[in-house]
Amino acid sequence: MTPSDKVIQSVRRPSLKDRLIEQKSLIALLVMIVIVSLLNPHFFTLANILNILRQTAVNAIIAVGMTLVILTAGIDLSVGSILAFAGAVGAGLIAREIPLAVSVPAALAVGTAMGAASGIIIAKGRVQAFIATLVAMTLIRGLTLVYTDGRPISTGFTDTADAFAFIGTGYLLGIPFPVWLMVITFGAAWYLLNHTRLGRYIYALGGNEEATRLSGINVDRIKITVYAICGFLSALAGLIITSRLSSAQPTAGAGYELDAIAAVVLGGTSLMGGKGSIMGTLVGALIIGFLNNALNLLDVSSYYQMIAKAVVILLAVLVDTRSKT
Amino acid sequence: MPQPILQLEGIEKSFPGVKALDGVNLAVTPGRVMALVGENGAGKSTLMKVLTGIYTRDAGRLVYQGEEITFPGPRHSQEAGIGIIHQELNLLPELTIAENIFLGREKTSRFGRILWSEMYAEADRLLAKLGIGHNSKTRLGNLGIGEQQMVEIAKALSFESKVIIMDEPTDALTDTETEALFAVIEELKASGHGIVYISHRLKEIFEICDEVTVLRDGKFIGERPVSELDEDTLIEMMVGRRLDEQYPRVDVEPTTTSLKVENLHARGVHGATFSVHQGEILGVAGLMGSGRTELMRAIFGADPMEKGEIRLFGALLDLKSPKDAIDAGIAYISEDRKADGLVLGLCVKKNMTLAALSAFSTPSGRLQHTTERQAVDDFIGHFNIKTPSRSQTIGNLSGGNQQKVSIAKGLMTRPRVLILDEPTRGVDVGAKKEIYQLINTFKQEGMSIILVSSEMPEVLGMSDRIIVMHEGRVTGEFAAEDANQEKLMACAVGKTETEAL
Repeated sequence: MTPSDKVIQSVRRPSLKDRLIEQKSLIALLVMIVIVSLLNPHFFTLANILNILRQTAVNAIIAVGMTLVILTAGIDLSVGSILAFAGAVGAGLIAREIPLAVSVPAALAVGTAMGAASGIIIAKGRVQAFIATLVAMTLIRGLTLVYTDGRPISTGFTDTADAFAFIGTGYLLGIPFPVWLMVITFGAAWYLLNHTRLGRYIYALGGNEEATRLSGINVDRIKITVYAICGFLSALAGLIITSRLSSAQPTAGAGYELDAIAAVVLGGTSLMGGKGSIMGTLVGALIIGFLNNALNLLDVSSYYQMIAKAVVILLAVLVDTRSKT
Repeated sequence: MPQPILQLEGIEKSFPGVKALDGVNLAVTPGRVMALVGENGAGKSTLMKVLTGIYTRDAGRLVYQGEEITFPGPRHSQEAGIGIIHQELNLLPELTIAENIFLGREKTSRFGRILWSEMYAEADRLLAKLGIGHNSKTRLGNLGIGEQQMVEIAKALSFESKVIIMDEPTDALTDTETEALFAVIEELKASGHGIVYISHRLKEIFEICDEVTVLRDGKFIGERPVSELDEDTLIEMMVGRRLDEQYPRVDVEPTTTSLKVENLHARGVHGATFSVHQGEILGVAGLMGSGRTELMRAIFGADPMEKGEIRLFGALLDLKSPKDAIDAGIAYISEDRKADGLVLGLCVKKNMTLAALSAFSTPSGRLQHTTERQAVDDFIGHFNIKTPSRSQTIGNLSGGNQQKVSIAKGLMTRPRVLILDEPTRGVDVGAKKEIYQLINTFKQEGMSIILVSSEMPEVLGMSDRIIVMHEGRVTGEFAAEDANQEKLMACAVGKTETEAL
C-alpha cells in the first residue's frame, strides 16, 4: 500500500463514523414519523408536514443562533426576550406605516445590537454567559413591557401591514415563507461553520479558548459576533411570530430559550462547547416539532404533553451519552 | 531475593483493530522498585488498567500474594492493597488533607456522625510517616504539587497498600520536590512496599529503580536489573533501534541579529535583556518559576509587557496580542499542549492551520479546503507525524505526535523567530530525536530559535548559545562550548556569571 492510499483510506473512516452518529437522531426522527403515521392517517399528509415545518421554523431559527453560541461554550438565555422586543419594535413601526424595507431591517438591527451588547459584556466584562444573558433576558423583557405598556401592539389594517403579514403567513412555490427562512438560515449557518474562517474559530474557541487566543485569534470579537448573530436570528423569529399574529405580544417567546437549547442538545452539540453540528440541530428542532404535532394528533392532553416531551428529550440525551462512552 | 508479591504473566488485551498488549509480564517484589518504561503507546497505561481492574484482560494470569485473582474494578484492587498514583492527581483542593485521604470512607460512629478527631489523628500519623510538615487540617489547595502528590501516597498507604504504582510522578515536580519524593520511595522500600515506577526520565530510573521492564508496541521486550544497563542500551530496548546520538548538532554560521529584547519587564520578569541571531539556537535555562515562560509569553504578546523594548531586525515592535506577534513573525509553541497549545477536540488538520488560517482562505473569509489539505499533508509527511489521517482527533495522538503538530502549527505562520517552550516534555525518546532534527532543519533555513527547557542536557546539547534565568532576570550567558551543567546550575540558583563570548 502506498502512503497516499493509506491516507485516502483512513480519511474516510472517521467521517463514516461521524455520519452514523449524526444519523442516530435522524433515525429516531424517522421511526417516530413511521409510528405516528401508522397510528394516525392525518399525520403523514403534505398539509400536515408543511404545517409542522412552519411551526418548527421559529424554534429552529433560534436554535441556529443558540448552536453557534453553545459551540463557543456559551449560552444565551435572552433569545425569547429579544424575540418579543424586536417583534414589538417591528409591530410599532408597521403600525406607523413605515415601509417594510425600513421597519424589518430596523427590528433585526435592534435584535442584533442587543445580542452584541450581551456579547460585549461577556467578552470584555468577563461575565459568565449564563449570568450576562440571564440579566439581558430580564432587562429586555422589562423593556418590552415598558415599550408595549403591557398590551399587544397590533400591526393595523394598512397595506404595509398586509405586506408584513407575508413573512409569517405567505407561501412561496407552495411552501410557507417561514420554512424558506428556516432553510436559508440553516444553509447559511452550515456554510459559515464548515467553509469560513469564522466557523473554524467558533469550534476552536469552544474547544480551548486560551489555545485559540495564543493562535493569534481575536476571541473577544468571535464571542461578540456569535451573540450578535443569535440576537439577529431571535429578532427574525420575533418578526415571523408578529407577522403571523398581526400583533406583537409583550409576553411572546417566554421559555423559548429552553426549546432552543433542547433542540441543540438533541442534535448532539456538547454544552461544553467545541463539538456539534448545525444539521444535528435541524434534526433536533424537527424532533421537537414533530413530537408536539404528534401528541396533538394523538389527543394527548396538553398537561401530559409536557411530560412526554421531557421523557423523549431525556431518552434521546441518555442514548447519546451512552453511545459516546 | 524475596518472592514477588504481584506477578502478571502473558497478559493480552485487544481493542477493536489493535492488539494493545501481547504477552506482557511484570513482577513486583516487596522492597524493590520496578521501572516500567516504553515509548508513548507502548502499552504501559493499558497494562496498569488491566492490573487495577479498569479493563478486563483477554488472556494471561495475575497472581497477587500467591493467589490467581481478577479484580472486577479499581475499587477492588485498591482495597486489596494495590494503590495507583496517577499523573493527574485526583484530589479536591477545597477539602482538608485528611478529608482527601479518607474521601468516601470517612470514619463514622454507628449513627453516621463523622469521627473527626480520629480521622485527623490517623491522617497526621500518615503524614508524619512520609515526613510531610503539614497539619492534616490544612486545605489541600494550599499545598504545592509535590506535597499534593505526597498526600496521594498517604492515601494509598491508608489503604494498607502493599503495591504502589506511580505514573510519571515527577513530571510536575521541581528538583527539590523530586528529591523529597525519592526519599519517600526509599522509605517505602525499606518498609517492604513493592513499587512500580513509570517514567520517561531515564536518569530517574537509574537513580531510584532496581529493575526495569521494557514494553514496545504492546509487547514485552525484557526485564533487567538496572545495574546491568546503561542509558543507550535501555533506549535501544525501548525504541528497537540504536539512536546513535541523542542530540544531533549542525553548525550554521549565525548572521544578523533578528530579535533583540532590552530590559523587558512583565509579570514575573524583572528586566531581561538578550538577543538571537538568524540561524542560531538560543537555549534558555533556569529552574521552574525563574520567569522563562513569562518572558516568552510577553515576547509573544500573550501577557502584557510593563516596560522594555522588543526589536525584530531593528524595527521596534508593539505587541498587544499574540496576533501582533504572529504578524511580526514570531511563533510560540507553548509548554503546555493540553492547556493552551492545542484544541484537543479538533482534528489534526484544524489544529495545524488554526494560527495561519488566513493563508488558507480568501480575504472575505471563505476557506480554501484544497490548499489547506495539501499543506497539512505536506507537514504530516515532512514531520513524520504518525496519525491515521489528517481528520484524526488530536487528543487521540501520542504526546510526541501532538508536539509535532504544535510545532507545525507554529511554522505554518512562517515565523522568523520560533520560540519552543519545553518542546520535548512528555515526548518519548524516539520522537524527541525527530523533533531535534526538525529544529536543526529550521536553523539551517536561517530561522532564529529560542529553546526553553528544564532539561540541562537538552539545552547543552542543542544550543549555540545559552542564557540562564533566575527570578525574572538573565543571570548568565554562555557560548555552548564554554557551558556545562555546573555553570548553568550556578546561574540558575542566582549566581551571576557571564563568560566572555
